[in-house]
Amino acid sequence: MESVDLNEEGYLTNFSQWNKEIGNVIATENEITMTDRHWEVVEYLQDKHVKEEALSIRGIKKSGIINIKEFYALFPGGPLKVSTKIAGIPKPKSCI
Amino acid sequence: MKKLLILGAGTAGTMMANHMIKKLPREDWEITVVDQYKTHYYQPGFLFLPFDLYKTKDLKKKGEKFIPRGVNYILKKIKKIVADKNEVILEDETLSYDILIIATGTKTFPGETEGMDGKGWYKDIFDFYTYDGAKALRNKLRNWEGGKLVVHITEMPIKCPVAPLEFAFLADSFFKNKGMREKVEITYVTPLEGAFTKPKATETLDYLLEEKRIKQVVDFNIEKVDNENKKITCYSGREVEYDLLVTVPTNLGDEVIEHSGLGDDMNFVPTNKASLQSKDYENIFVIGDASNLPASKAGSVAHFEAEILEENILRYIDGKPLKEEFDGHANCFIETGNGKALLIDFNYTHEPVEGSFPFPGIGPLKLLKETRMNHMGKLAFRWIYWNMLIKGTHIPFVSAKMSEKGKNFDN
Repeated sequence: MESVDLNEEGYLTNFSQWNKEIGNVIATENEITMTDRHWEVVEYLQDKHVKEEALSIRGIKKSGIINIKEFYALFPGGPLKVSTKIAGIPKPKSCI
Repeated sequence: MKKLLILGAGTAGTMMANHMIKKLPREDWEITVVDQYKTHYYQPGFLFLPFDLYKTKDLKKKGEKFIPRGVNYILKKIKKIVADKNEVILEDETLSYDILIIATGTKTFPGETEGMDGKGWYKDIFDFYTYDGAKALRNKLRNWEGGKLVVHITEMPIKCPVAPLEFAFLADSFFKNKGMREKVEITYVTPLEGAFTKPKATETLDYLLEEKRIKQVVDFNIEKVDNENKKITCYSGREVEYDLLVTVPTNLGDEVIEHSGLGDDMNFVPTNKASLQSKDYENIFVIGDASNLPASKAGSVAHFEAEILEENILRYIDGKPLKEEFDGHANCFIETGNGKALLIDFNYTHEPVEGSFPFPGIGPLKLLKETRMNHMGKLAFRWIYWNMLIKGTHIPFVSAKMSEKGKNFDN
């Protein structure tokens, strides 16, 4: 497998290097087995990233893709944190 | 006669009226500002009101004082923007425009979270992002005898992202000064992974939380507020108990954006982040909190945007290509309590770092360090706001694009 650039927290620094295989490797490292539902959410997040739109739990709730309980069930712990890592996009941040 | 219409007379809209009246020839252009409220609030002051550091009269003035002569000022509710027809429908009239500036801001919507505006609202659950909320909280804090104070962010993005953290710092000072700090447990609850999320800030500032004995609960995405048992619940099942909940409710763009079909899923208007032109209509521009830019929702950002937007509107009128120059520049004071403050300066690509401001190597303000001088800067800012900022006067030595001089970047 080709190599990718990661930051110190394991997030891809260059989204163009992402592919599904890499997504799978990151998911496995985070003890997640990807299903079609997981990929659907990942695609939604990547679409928002490409359009430079901010990610939020609410945005996900309104997207109609998934409800929040299920989002937590698919990506336990911090679902936005984990799902963005698998999606190869930056983690949502505040200004400071 | 051509028409420039500005929706919203808050910080951003008022600044744009002041900018454009100086630039557009009066014989060719009519400028109109619409807002439903007659009072202009100094919103940064909402942070200080709960602690009796500012009085209510420090925070409000009549909006008309700041609308320049020659600009029409209409005090009416905006019902809908009909972008395909270049029209805006107000409660009892319809205005047409050649160019529209949307400056309708963002508002808090506690009703978006189950139980937040339930029976405890303004009894033991408060916001401080509204005048009414900050005032009600002041009255509560005057007599509060202590317990569990929870400072909480519902979800991002929010206006002035550091304000809740400043609230927690000021609360620590407030209770110390009242001689009752031992009776108060302060917990900071955030949907993000920490109070600070950028590496430099975390490294430099995490000590503040420890020093002020503020507990952090992170990655907390609120599902509901339980008014009976006084606790908030996360979707993951975690719970945090409170005696006094100070929350920042969900921030959304104005309802008019939703009614007009111009917003994203949080009612913010999709906007070119460098030119400030709306993505869907070339004669609509967006400034301040109403846009979906990945910049902070803050007055300083609107101020820097205004300088670039003024030029882009003139270029648009002349049929020239727009400048894609806005870099997300923000410049914010952060109160840390005990008469000290931090200053941060950052943009889309550079996180806040240490250094001096506005003069490289000299200051007098220090970036990312707690100093008394920074606190004086924050207090002086109220005068700057009323007398320079919203009147569209250029603030000396501070440029719209962020300067990289005098700052300690690693690379």
